[in-house]
Amino acid sequence: MSDSNIIPKWLSVGVIPLMNLFLAFCVSGLFIFFIGENPFRAIFVMIKGAFYYPGAIGYTLYYTTNFIFTGLAVALAFHARLFNIGGEGQAYVGGLGVGLVCLIFDQHVVGFLVTILAILGSVIFGAIWGIIPGYLQAKRGSHIVITTIMFNFIAAALMVYLLVNVIIEPGQMSPETRDFASGVGLVQLHILAKYLGLEMAMSPLNLSFIVALTVSVGFWFLVWRTKFGYEVRSLGHSETAAIYAGIKVSSTIIIVMAISGGLAGLVAINELLGVHNKLLLGFTAGYGFTGIAVALMGRNHPVGIFLASLLFGALYQGGTELDFEFSSITREMVLLIQGLIILFSGALAYMLNPLVERIYIKYYGNYNNA
Amino acid sequence: MKNSENKGGNEAIASLPPSTESAIELKNITKRFGHVVANSDVNLKVRTGTIHGIVGENGAGKSTLMNILFGLYKPDSGMIFLNGKAVDVNSPEKSIALGIGMVHQHFMLVPTFTVLENAMLGNEGSMLLRSGEEVVLDRLKGLSNNYGLDVDFEAIISDTPVGMQQRVEILKALNRGAKILILDEPTGVLTPQETIGLFDILRSLREQGVTIILITHKLKEIMSITDTVSVMRGGKVVADFSTEKTSPEELAENMVGRKVLLSIKKPILKVGKPVLEVKNVSHESKDGVLVLKNISFDLKEGEILGIAGVAGNGQSELLDILSGIETLQRGQITVNDKTILPFQDWNSKKAREFGVAHVPEDRHKRGLVLPFYNYENSILGYHRNEDYSSGFLMDKRKILNFVDDLVENFDVRPRSSSISSGKLSGGNQQKLVLAREIESNPNILLVGQPTRGVDIGAIERIYADLMKLKSKGTAILLVSVELDEIMSLSDRIVVMNQGTIVGETNSSNATELELGKMMSGLEQV
Repeated sequence: MSDSNIIPKWLSVGVIPLMNLFLAFCVSGLFIFFIGENPFRAIFVMIKGAFYYPGAIGYTLYYTTNFIFTGLAVALAFHARLFNIGGEGQAYVGGLGVGLVCLIFDQHVVGFLVTILAILGSVIFGAIWGIIPGYLQAKRGSHIVITTIMFNFIAAALMVYLLVNVIIEPGQMSPETRDFASGVGLVQLHILAKYLGLEMAMSPLNLSFIVALTVSVGFWFLVWRTKFGYEVRSLGHSETAAIYAGIKVSSTIIIVMAISGGLAGLVAINELLGVHNKLLLGFTAGYGFTGIAVALMGRNHPVGIFLASLLFGALYQGGTELDFEFSSITREMVLLIQGLIILFSGALAYMLNPLVERIYIKYYGNYNNA
Repeated sequence: MKNSENKGGNEAIASLPPSTESAIELKNITKRFGHVVANSDVNLKVRTGTIHGIVGENGAGKSTLMNILFGLYKPDSGMIFLNGKAVDVNSPEKSIALGIGMVHQHFMLVPTFTVLENAMLGNEGSMLLRSGEEVVLDRLKGLSNNYGLDVDFEAIISDTPVGMQQRVEILKALNRGAKILILDEPTGVLTPQETIGLFDILRSLREQGVTIILITHKLKEIMSITDTVSVMRGGKVVADFSTEKTSPEELAENMVGRKVLLSIKKPILKVGKPVLEVKNVSHESKDGVLVLKNISFDLKEGEILGIAGVAGNGQSELLDILSGIETLQRGQITVNDKTILPFQDWNSKKAREFGVAHVPEDRHKRGLVLPFYNYENSILGYHRNEDYSSGFLMDKRKILNFVDDLVENFDVRPRSSSISSGKLSGGNQQKLVLAREIESNPNILLVGQPTRGVDIGAIERIYADLMKLKSKGTAILLVSVELDEIMSLSDRIVVMNQGTIVGETNSSNATELELGKMMSGLEQV
């Protein structure tokens, strides 16, 4: 997971991700070409869909919000060299936190306070879903990758059970809770804009986006400016050196996984408090998994994660437009393109490094010894 | 399969032409990595049937040159001649086929295989294993008798001592038909007695016409066994000597490029009260092996206590326990009048609070977080200290001020706070670790292998820093596998073998031979 030492940072952090993206677009373009459409027109439609139409930017940023949360969650764990694949489950269980707080309190307590409690609920429930695998890794040696994957399934099963049998709105078929009381929830920005006398197209973009940006700044501060962040990074780079420095490895792992799970849990405030206003089945929609690609592409830095999230947000929103505009490009085709981008900038993120390193060394020599 | 070209062993060696001819000649070898020139216009000539030493500091280009000769790197320009014929060594396979054998510093043996299975690897004698084993065993027994390469063919490698493993490596090379043998730092893991044994083997190989290239940083060994020696510095061969016409001082001067002072002036101090007392400490490793048995000693203010011993005889575990990395299992430690009992809360953080600083044996794995910048590494372990932080925040400005002084006062090069420590040379990394630990004002300093992989210039500096610390009254526990280092730095020496202290002596009347005997466990004092 570490960046190359051979080439300068602007290449490994800036140029290589763009090259990966370009490759993904090329391969996607080939597919679109084979089904008989013009790839360039498809790209044009996508960009227009993501940024041009009224409300498009709002939708893009709304998706971006989810990716920032899950991207940061994965990134923090990466800094301690933990591979948290469980963002999906942590976000899902975070939703349970939001749902429970709202269902229990929204009839008795003022909406503003319920919202605050619900945000805390999302963080705490997400954190718990991170702490358990963290504990198992730290104290029992169960590999975090395996346990977090398992916990995604457990979360999914748990939520199905609860939503079908326990907290479903009585007297209806679809597995959802009742709507939260009207004062509860995070206000959507276009409504906020109207209060301020501004005109803004309607979109699900809500205050969670501001929360996401604030959390991003906090993330940077935590990782690079605090003692805890220093200990996390020491542990991530070298466990033996961390032990030598008197850093408690197991408690650090557990705390990191708690924060990571809490960050993923925040997806629920965007989805449930900001948009749906109730707890429903499958609201996480793969955001947790895409967060891995976001973190990889953003090189575990909040700025990179913001940019990567924006990209994926635009892809989600533009992809919908693609589906809408072309009869031959179906929803599945859009998923394929998103998958290719995740493949190239996530799983194959370091594929081009050796090539770029070779070229760089040939022309500029070894940066490391410069 | 390769049998036709690779007859192995005896006949091949016997058929060599008599010496005076050069077995290896390297002409104008240049190798660049990017714009870094690792080897620049290197010329080297080694006569058949001689032992040729190559000395030089880390990064002088020795290993690059040997890797070129062994076919791992391709030179950018230059030619290689074997027995007068130009050859193109483009892979290790080719190099082995040409009769070059290499014994690496870290042995390349399969630990779960027997000695025979390891030695026959690469020249198995036949398609079928059983019949091959018979053929090879015959050949190996011949080689073994001829050269005094005493091994037990039935033993499993992981059960055999390091010295025997090295003999297996040599046998393996000879079995593949090596007529030229390259040995990379072969004595690092051996006791003085085993070293003498190895040198006897090398001499008898030389008598039978094998050409040997010996890479080492121990000048004493160069003087005692080689016929000729080349000194490398900055990627170039800067001097060639006939060994009998040179001296260690001259070699050292050529290695560094200036005069070096290798002798140490030990400040004579009246030792104070004991600050570290170790009583009956025993320790079991994770796989249930008793690695320390009833260790007891004490260490006084202003004293340097050297712990001598072959690597792997419990010294590392002892350091780990004293520095809080491992839990104390049995026995008792008293640090500055505070007593630590078994399974008490004892960790590195606490050790530092009690005034114990630690320069670990492995600076790459422990002492430094290599990707960290110097300023981040300069506070590793002390990052909770209020000098560098307020509350839960780190104070970057204070840290930067601190590290600027640190690299200046302890001559860490380059003098940069914001360079990854992984990019420093071994010597400068070690200076950084030592500087950090000394600056914490400890009254006990634990030092493991202070000069492993460190160039001579830096060694000089490190020794001086240790002496300065001693004269301030700090008690120093020095663990090293370099006997010379132990003998010249310490006031008192204890010797460890198989987890016990087998002897103690005053450094002023210790001799290398006597210490060597204790290290090998032959003699209890």
